[in-house]
Amino acid sequence: MSDKLINATNLKKSFDQFIAVDNIDLSVSRGEVVGFLGPNGAGKSTTMKMLTGFLEPDNGEIFINNINLKSDPLKAKEYIGYLPEGAPSYSDMIVADFLSFIGKIRGLNHNSLSNRLEEMASQINLKEMWNRPIETLSKGFKRRVGIAQALIHDPDILILDEPTDGLDPNQKHEMRNLIKRISTNKAIVISTHILEEVEAVCSRAVIIADGKLLANDTPKNLENKFLNKNTLSIKVSNKINNVVSKDIKSLIKYDDVKIQKTEMSGHTILVSDNKKVPNLNTVLKQINKLKLDVIEANFQKVNLEEIFRKITSDNNSK
Amino acid sequence: MNDYLNKTYIILDRELKGYFRTPLASIFLLVFLALSSGMTFFLGRFFERDQADLTAFFSWHPWLFLVLMPAIGMRLWAEERRSGTIELLITLPVTNTQLVVGKFLASWIFTLIALFLTMPIWITVNYLGEPDNNVILISYVGSWLMAGAFLALTSCLSALTKNQVIAFIISSISGFVLIMAGFNLVLSAVRSWSPNWITETISSMSFLSHFSRIQMGVFDLSTLVFFISMIILCLWINVQLVQVKKAD
Repeated sequence: MSDKLINATNLKKSFDQFIAVDNIDLSVSRGEVVGFLGPNGAGKSTTMKMLTGFLEPDNGEIFINNINLKSDPLKAKEYIGYLPEGAPSYSDMIVADFLSFIGKIRGLNHNSLSNRLEEMASQINLKEMWNRPIETLSKGFKRRVGIAQALIHDPDILILDEPTDGLDPNQKHEMRNLIKRISTNKAIVISTHILEEVEAVCSRAVIIADGKLLANDTPKNLENKFLNKNTLSIKVSNKINNVVSKDIKSLIKYDDVKIQKTEMSGHTILVSDNKKVPNLNTVLKQINKLKLDVIEANFQKVNLEEIFRKITSDNNSK
Repeated sequence: MNDYLNKTYIILDRELKGYFRTPLASIFLLVFLALSSGMTFFLGRFFERDQADLTAFFSWHPWLFLVLMPAIGMRLWAEERRSGTIELLITLPVTNTQLVVGKFLASWIFTLIALFLTMPIWITVNYLGEPDNNVILISYVGSWLMAGAFLALTSCLSALTKNQVIAFIISSISGFVLIMAGFNLVLSAVRSWSPNWITETISSMSFLSHFSRIQMGVFDLSTLVFFISMIILCLWINVQLVQVKKAD
């Protein structure tokens, strides 16, 4: 018995000649929020469709809470809440009826359905729209209705395909808070191409491109793993001419020292090393010897976006 | 089994109420009643015939259903595929068979409501004379069965496309072929190249000849088996089509 709520191995899916997903392994435990990252057409949605039982993989196996999705799909689907891309719903139904329909078909009895509907109305902030037809709702509320239908049966596994797509910044913030709130006792997979979303809510990032899994680690580990040198950035107010520049390069004993002009008057000294992380104090002491006026000194922030670009462009060049 | 039927009922319930959430139900019922009455009294010459029966009413049903059943059934799967809700449905813990049967039954019950609303004609003919009510009852049952066959065919074909208009057109054309299956118009196209047994099989599939027998009060087992097996066959193909076409 595995403690993984989702355990997928060697997933492969082709559409005619096009290989959409190529031998992907993915496992998610309770309490994890996995961010599924990839460019458009990378195979994110296809993988999610396989995990939810909408598509059958050509190859590979999927276990949902240790239940084989292929041999017992109905039982396995009971554990999953799914928000498909675009949050489709029956637009002519009112919110309450739609959620009630999904709840009933998910097997909730009368009492637990009423309780869950109340919880959804307050937890997802749907009260004011409760008796309105879904077609009259804004995009943000439609997305919330989609999340509510995925959560109505309080599933162990939540699979959300681009849950914040098309939402305004406030709505995105609310959605991320909601995901964080419910993530403690669930296994959550969210697909997105918004990298800040992964940094904000995910405990693990999975990067795929052209159907292949390129990275699978915590955002922090990915930063360390895919950028093998950290860069120290020191802003000085002084103008640095060629002579000073040579002095700086000879004083600082690291592999790579670059000097760039800043937008304001002054320069930025970038220090990096292939073998070790540059020591901030050492570098500052060396710069002080040249009587340079340091305004700001920190490690250059390496964000997931750069890693994503690096990984996916490396894959393209292969 | 109980759970299986319960979930089929939940699908049926949502779909049936769906007809009444939009103006579709009232428009359909209005058109059905207006056309069936108009055809009975004007084209069927109900009063001029001076006979206490509903032949003038039922004889038009195959032609009415040819247009109206595709209008009811065209949205069953085409709309699910267009709006993307098919992804929601398939990932729920229900089988494709439950989905197909639940949706079909909803549309079939809707036609039952439409047929029920024509009861005033039955009452009128009883007020004016002494009709054979057994024949009328058999004709109602036969009409509903034929409507079911038309609907099952439409449901099946609507799974082929995301476009309701295309679903309507191909269903109407297929329905026309099935109505006319026993007639030379269809048989002559087949007879020239096919063995005799194929021609005979097609001939035996004519909705019109089966329904004509029912109208005369002859409701034999072969007619019942024909319409029921037509419904089951179409729904079976419907289940397979949903499986194959769901992700297109």
